[in-house]
Amino acid sequence: MSLIINGIAVPAPVDPRVSLLDHLRETLHLTGTKKGCNQGACGACTVLADGERILSCLALAVQYDGRSITTIEGLAQDDALHPLQAAFIEHDGFQCGYCTPGQICSAIGMAAEARRGVPSHVTTDLTADVTLSRAEVQERMSGNLCRCGAYNGIVEAIRSTVAAEVAA
Amino acid sequence: MSIVDTAKQAAQGLMQGAMEKLVPLAPDSWIPGGVPDPLIARKHGLIGTPVSRLDGPLKVKGGARFAAEYRFDDMVYAALVYATIPRGRIVAIDQAAAEAATGVVLVMTHRNAPRMNTPAVFGSSPTAVGPADLPILQDDRIHWNGQPIACVLAETQEQADHAASLIAVTYDEEPSTTSLAGAKANGMEQGLFMGQPLLNEIGDAEAALASAPHRIDHVYRTPRHNHNPIEPHAATLAWVDGGLVIHDASQMVTQQAQTIGEVFDLTPDQVRLTSPYVGGGFGSKGLWDHQVIGAAAAQLAGRPVRITLSREGVYRVVGGRTLTEQRVGIGATADGRFQALIHSGLSVMTPHNSMPEPFILGTRAAYAAPNIALKVEIARMNMLANTFMRAPGEAVGTFALECAVDELAVQIGIDPVDLRILNEPDKDPTSGLPFSSRHIVEAWRRGAERFGWSDRPATPASRRDGEWLVGMGCATGTYPYYRMPGAEARITLTRDGDAVRATVEVAAAEMGMGTSTTTAIVAAERLGLPLDRVEVAYGDSAIPGAIMAGGSQQTAAIGAAVIAAHNALVAELLKLAGNDSGLAGLSPDDVGSVDGGLSKRDDPVRRESYASILSRARRDSVTVTAAGSPPLELMHWSMHSHSALFCEVRVNAVTGETRVTRMLGSFDCGRILNPRTATSQFRGGIIMGLGMALMEETQFDERSGRIMNPSLAEYHLPVHMDVPEIDVIWTDIADPHTPMGAHGIGEIGITGVAAAVANAIYNATGKRVRNLPITLDRLL
Repeated sequence: MSLIINGIAVPAPVDPRVSLLDHLRETLHLTGTKKGCNQGACGACTVLADGERILSCLALAVQYDGRSITTIEGLAQDDALHPLQAAFIEHDGFQCGYCTPGQICSAIGMAAEARRGVPSHVTTDLTADVTLSRAEVQERMSGNLCRCGAYNGIVEAIRSTVAAEVAA
Repeated sequence: MSIVDTAKQAAQGLMQGAMEKLVPLAPDSWIPGGVPDPLIARKHGLIGTPVSRLDGPLKVKGGARFAAEYRFDDMVYAALVYATIPRGRIVAIDQAAAEAATGVVLVMTHRNAPRMNTPAVFGSSPTAVGPADLPILQDDRIHWNGQPIACVLAETQEQADHAASLIAVTYDEEPSTTSLAGAKANGMEQGLFMGQPLLNEIGDAEAALASAPHRIDHVYRTPRHNHNPIEPHAATLAWVDGGLVIHDASQMVTQQAQTIGEVFDLTPDQVRLTSPYVGGGFGSKGLWDHQVIGAAAAQLAGRPVRITLSREGVYRVVGGRTLTEQRVGIGATADGRFQALIHSGLSVMTPHNSMPEPFILGTRAAYAAPNIALKVEIARMNMLANTFMRAPGEAVGTFALECAVDELAVQIGIDPVDLRILNEPDKDPTSGLPFSSRHIVEAWRRGAERFGWSDRPATPASRRDGEWLVGMGCATGTYPYYRMPGAEARITLTRDGDAVRATVEVAAAEMGMGTSTTTAIVAAERLGLPLDRVEVAYGDSAIPGAIMAGGSQQTAAIGAAVIAAHNALVAELLKLAGNDSGLAGLSPDDVGSVDGGLSKRDDPVRRESYASILSRARRDSVTVTAAGSPPLELMHWSMHSHSALFCEVRVNAVTGETRVTRMLGSFDCGRILNPRTATSQFRGGIIMGLGMALMEETQFDERSGRIMNPSLAEYHLPVHMDVPEIDVIWTDIADPHTPMGAHGIGEIGITGVAAAVANAIYNATGKRVRNLPITLDRLL
């Protein structure tokens, strides 16, 4: 059994109780993915599984055999930041930085959902293409908590990059 | 207490009393800040221009290493077991199954834990930061429901968590006090803050209230709150050569190292505590039981330990803000001038700690009134020790005070902004000291203009948009300017070809406030170097001095220490420059740092670069360390930050749901050093205030003393959808008496927000809710 983490095949854990989050952090030493609550309430552990955002604390690592996982460490190409990472710095979309990897991975997954036309609670026209308005971004990102309160900067960073690409 | 201790305290009291009488009378020039910091006059440098966080690239790549992300070889994982009764004794612990479980290395309880000293409780000495005056795992006594009573170490976290679940504990429960009514019935005490009674009496406030033409007299209640930083509290630690190395999440690095050292009878140099990144703190990232238990278990097992609290564990081990019941009485003349101001009530703490919620602090300097009565009393309950949480005192005190002012404005029929300006004091109403810098009226006027306050519905419950009732409210926020003693800075200039690099080391903490970036900006300006030539080191107990990221004072403490170190550096460089330099014969007061060197202040042509001075002296580097001046300015002026807050809400007439649609904070906090990070700090504080207003409550079971919502699913805090675009402006008027002309801004943001929201809800609905949080049920 193996998982593909940021393009590299790695063995799945022997202990089936190990969450994907703990496998990343404690076995693979990929500590960019954060543990905030370990019960799916805060979003800090969000990673991308085949491009879809998932909560890695609620995922058992062995369930992801053969799947492709992208973590925050896998977003930057060589030394160049992903445009959303750069926008987080530009718009000051964080303070302590602990929820940041989850926010960034979640936003990338969220934009992909919007491109596929997945509606949200605030979508008014279920048949039209999704436009990521401010309210749409806020609603779709509400599973990612930020206690420092960098929400305004996070929304600006998302709307200036991945959300703008959806609307285009 | 011994006779020696008593004598020492009496002597300190006499000294303190004498200082408090003399310092206010001293000439300004004798006081730190009496001569304005030269950086205040510099208008075209880095200070005041937006700079992105220097640690930003690392944080967005997930490369910043937090406490639970360090590793030691052969490290084991800890899991804790928590008591399920509020008070009593442990009769039996069945740990056989846990000990037999796969991977278990150690089960530690009070029966086999090493003998340790009780951590010195916060406030008992300048470096004491213990959570409560209680021994940790030293006896069979239970003091709160949730107290850690056993620790399991195992090869993996999963094994440790499972084994901990196998431990069965039998208790002998003893009578406890876990209800507010019971605590009150046990009797109340005068609350003390920093050793001083939370009590002010000027004139006869009760009589003046009774005879005033306009009177407001109500009780306001605020519940318990938890800080809930997204990073759970954690430490990765090891015993190395008889000393302790701890990678911790700490906002009081040096003090924590020292207190832990005393627990284990170690000398200060035997404890090395690092904390370069902290995933949010808000007052909570200090010393609690888990670091001590982790270190004890590591000692017993002979293995390094990672101890990470589960989210529930954070609620069991890390105290939050305690509840308050506050009476505010305001008596005013027919035209609205305050004749009486009463702010009194109670907060709850445990028998073993000393942190009353000091909700009158902001009221002391808020409004002019000839008769003032302020008092905080304490009731005690068997619970987890409460602690400071963002703006302790002011966050909840301004809710009561500023709602009462709004109620008075309604009664008189005056605009609440005008009522506040009408009662603006010209000196501190309780201490009598002059204000160092107070431009709150300007903040009010600029804020009202920008927000469109004149469009506020004059009559409550008069504006409706479909199902939604629309209203506006305002409130004042306030937080004192503090600067704690103990800060030091070490500056090293190192020759790098024809230029120099500077390293500035301070024992400070960075929880996301932007401290490391702002410190670099200020140091670059002070040293006359480009920003990329300055490196800031912090978050390490090996750095001299002790600085706390608390009381919104870290920037001021660092600022004063860097001023002192810079003075020492200039003196040292002049010595090294010697007689062959163009600077020969000049004293440190004659020269300043400009463009990578020293220049004569009034004749800048007389200069020599740092690199040249070092080169001629055949030195690769020069290092100086200096301590900041004693903070006597706090006794000489009344020093505060202020905000004028404006809020627009929509309240659903059918469901009672409140949505905050617009929010403006207009701040008067001295000179803003880095607008980019300052904006985030202000907004972050305001957002925590929105949570306090509408949803946050640590639910406490009054039967069992157990916290009922120990998770981020059940403790509601603001999410993206709850937060509108928050507009933030500031006066940017430098306080002439502080380093850089700046004030700390970490806590002012939360103050006043709950009142602004409550007042807006009243304006929208005509319903006055005096208990937080203002949930849907309270509006139906």
